[in-house]
Amino acid sequence: MKFQAEIDIMPRAEILDPQGKAVKLGLGNLGINNVNDIRVGKHIVMNLEAENLEEAKQKTETACKKLLANMIVEEYTYKINLEI
Amino acid sequence: MKFGVIVFPGSNCDDDMVYVLGKLMQQDVVKLWHKDHDLQGCDFLVVPGGFAYGDYLRAGAIARFSPIMESVIAHAQNGGNVMGICNGFQILTEAGLLPGALLQNNNQKYVCKNIYLKPQTTDTLFTRQLNAEQAYKIPIAHGEGRYHASPEILKQLNDNNQVLFRYCDQDGNINETANPNGSLENIAGISNEGRNVFGMMPHPERASDNLLGNTDGRKFFESVIGQVLV
Repeated sequence: MKFQAEIDIMPRAEILDPQGKAVKLGLGNLGINNVNDIRVGKHIVMNLEAENLEEAKQKTETACKKLLANMIVEEYTYKINLEI
Repeated sequence: MKFGVIVFPGSNCDDDMVYVLGKLMQQDVVKLWHKDHDLQGCDFLVVPGGFAYGDYLRAGAIARFSPIMESVIAHAQNGGNVMGICNGFQILTEAGLLPGALLQNNNQKYVCKNIYLKPQTTDTLFTRQLNAEQAYKIPIAHGEGRYHASPEILKQLNDNNQVLFRYCDQDGNINETANPNGSLENIAGISNEGRNVFGMMPHPERASDNLLGNTDGRKFFESVIGQVLV
């Protein structure tokens, strides 16, 4: 079966995000004010094959924990869709 | 002692390291390609600076899964020495050989300049010949050098004397203005608990040749060699 995992990786809440700070400055220059906070993360789309949804989840979890996210400073969420 | 300098696609301080170890320190040194597993009998491994795998995903994240890293990890777990400079430090943290992580500099800049370092312990092979009262002038060149660790890990580093260097000013004062990247507690370099794996963001190999007008970095390598010659 073919699945598509959509993964979001974000810096943990307590970690300073310089990228987000810089983007916020840019938005101010663009005239968009009253933006309280911006945090920048990564969105990863992974197409994979697995026997079933459970296996697809396991593969995605392993990918996130071992490579895609650094658990010391980042956290991840994902959803998995069955590809038709 | 035989040195091995590991080369990834995107490493760019490998030649400098080979030059310092081979020409200046007169040591046996070979380059080790990341796709190999064979450490060629090297005793001391160096993961040099650069941008392994283009820093894609996170600095050091993909390099950590290169074939040679299995051998590097096994070498370290058997008590063998491993040193990571700059990107090499990032790779060793990603590989779990050193605690913590290196984050984007808090000032949003790639910082390339001389800074000063104060040794925090002389109780390692890498720092044993350094003077703990001296401020060493060493260049840095990185965008992701902000050392971060959980409060528990930080406490462990301090309790076990694992912090090797802190950023300081010219007179050796460790303060926030001397911190070039926002590192926790000005940490510039650490060792593992076993004191056989070392990592630092500054580049001592770029401050070792007389021609460059600064040889403060030489002493770091002389420390390593020193123990062997004793």
